[in-house]
Amino acid sequence: MSNGDPVIETRKVSKYFHDPVTAQVLKEVDLVVKRGEYASIVGKSGCGKSTLMYILSTMDTDYEGELYLDGERVTGLSHDRLSRIRNEKIGFVFQFHYLISEFSVLDNIILPGLKLGRFERPELEERAMGHLRTMGIEHQARNMANQISGGEKQRVAIARALINDPLILMCDEPTGNLDSRNSAIVEEIFKRIAAEHHRSLLVVTHDDELAARTDRIITMDDGRIVAL
Amino acid sequence: MAFRLLLGISSTLLRARLRQSIVAAVGVTFSIAMYIALSGFMNGLNSLLDGLILNRTPHIRLYNEIRPADQQPLERAFELHSAAGNGTVHHFINRVKPKGEEARVRNALGIMDALRKDPRVLGIAPKVAAQVMFNVGTIEVNGAVNGIDPKEEDRLLHFSDYLVKGTVAQLASTNNGIVLGKGLADKMQVGIGDVVQVTSIQGDRTMLKVVGFYQSGMADFDNVQCFATVSTVQNLLVKPRNYITDIQVRLHDLAQAPAMAREYAARFGVDAIDIQTANAQFETGSAVRNIISYVVSIVLLVVAGFGIYNILNMLIYEKLDSIAILKATGFSGGDVRTIFINLSLIIGICGGLVGLLLGWLLQLAIDRIPFKFDALPTVTTYPVDYDPLYPTIGILFALATTFIAGWFPARKASQVDPVEIIRGK
Repeated sequence: MSNGDPVIETRKVSKYFHDPVTAQVLKEVDLVVKRGEYASIVGKSGCGKSTLMYILSTMDTDYEGELYLDGERVTGLSHDRLSRIRNEKIGFVFQFHYLISEFSVLDNIILPGLKLGRFERPELEERAMGHLRTMGIEHQARNMANQISGGEKQRVAIARALINDPLILMCDEPTGNLDSRNSAIVEEIFKRIAAEHHRSLLVVTHDDELAARTDRIITMDDGRIVAL
Repeated sequence: MAFRLLLGISSTLLRARLRQSIVAAVGVTFSIAMYIALSGFMNGLNSLLDGLILNRTPHIRLYNEIRPADQQPLERAFELHSAAGNGTVHHFINRVKPKGEEARVRNALGIMDALRKDPRVLGIAPKVAAQVMFNVGTIEVNGAVNGIDPKEEDRLLHFSDYLVKGTVAQLASTNNGIVLGKGLADKMQVGIGDVVQVTSIQGDRTMLKVVGFYQSGMADFDNVQCFATVSTVQNLLVKPRNYITDIQVRLHDLAQAPAMAREYAARFGVDAIDIQTANAQFETGSAVRNIISYVVSIVLLVVAGFGIYNILNMLIYEKLDSIAILKATGFSGGDVRTIFINLSLIIGICGGLVGLLLGWLLQLAIDRIPFKFDALPTVTTYPVDYDPLYPTIGILFALATTFIAGWFPARKASQVDPVEIIRGK
């Protein structure tokens, strides 16, 4: 697989919310994200950009239309199969870090790797240390997840997302909870990931500065993609 | 590997709520310990009390009951008379007493041979019962001497359990030896080695040597009953060797007793009574005590189960974020369920194992409480049944309870929708 092949592709994806009244939040969205692409989805609050991302993430299966991931049709697959696909091919970074506070920083990072089972623990720890080193927080590896600062937590979350070498990194407002200094660090890391690893990045954000640094800005409005 | 990973996550989550987990485990511990201690004690007591009846009662007793003829001779004459159509006849001879009949079982030796060949029979012990008088100084004391086969009586009916002095072997080997009831011996002021004079109802006198004392715990019994060998009693009564009044039968299977008693009664033309008919009340007591110990233990375990259910529910509510991210990063619903069921089982196993230990210690403690029981002179402390069945049932039940208590919260956790949690932030 080379740069330019589609990593994620949607065909006429529509989504309805039924509570409190039925409303269509996504209207036949067609979107292709290619390998190595660093893209952002921007748009007003409630335009459906987060909703779209959760469908792309395979966590939300309640939609119409079709979703292809790495050339494979994932629409209609079982939850267990989808879990496996997420584990192997998708990395997530959310606005909130979602680290498990009872585990050390290192354990938090390698948990998805242990689940995948491609590598044994020592190898995973080495890889995790590598990620931490590039983010400048290797000294925190043995600390508990709740003992480090907010900016560091988000970097740990990014390291966790990268542990299984995913095809695509999906980020929902990754800088939403961070101050400008930490935002800048995270932006820098994303840039480097995209450049060095030829990995696709899809970032949903309000942050115009972050969006401006991406290669491609996808603008959404009222459930439709209005600008690619 | 995968399971070890999930187990690792479970134990880490458990450590996060260590105190509540311990409280939940202690609940399991107490219920298991109580169950084991209670069952061991109850069943120890049950088998002790049941043994009092079961061990000293033959499963079937063959004997010959002395009673008037079923049909009195004149009744037959009367029937014949009226059948001939000769009108009403009055006769004034009635209540013809039994006569010329002995209490012995007819053809006892033949019956005993037949019984020994029956594969359902564990063993038989013959008995010769005799009413006697003991001459104590100038007065006479009523007594009953039972002629027994000491070795068989001990093997089948645990005779030696009730011997407070002397041994079965001494009774068997001493010519004209007798084991006196404890009450009777006290009354007569005799000791081991003394000679007592016994008079049969027919007036025959015999000197018997005291070789032991017998105590059953029932005063009326101990004040009257004595034991000697079959031949001693036959000599005392001046009866032949085939004079046997009771044949006591022990079976391999107690449950067959009623049917076999009927069979023997018909086959040998004797009276036969089975243990169930003779002691209908004893099984009820055991059953009730068993039910009580089970009910108490089940209640305790159910309470412990609720404790586990509670803490897991709380933990899951607290850990919704963790569950969401586990599912987002590739753990399936089944994995999450396994994690929380493991959690519950860890609590159950830890609590259960400590419970086994505590239960065993409680049993040991109960076993040391002094307990004097007249009916069984050898018993000095409360009886405890150390049957491994109770710990086994206890631990299995603990695992089942904790599994069920963990199942529902775990299922809830497995159904958590990560999108809902993550979007909510």
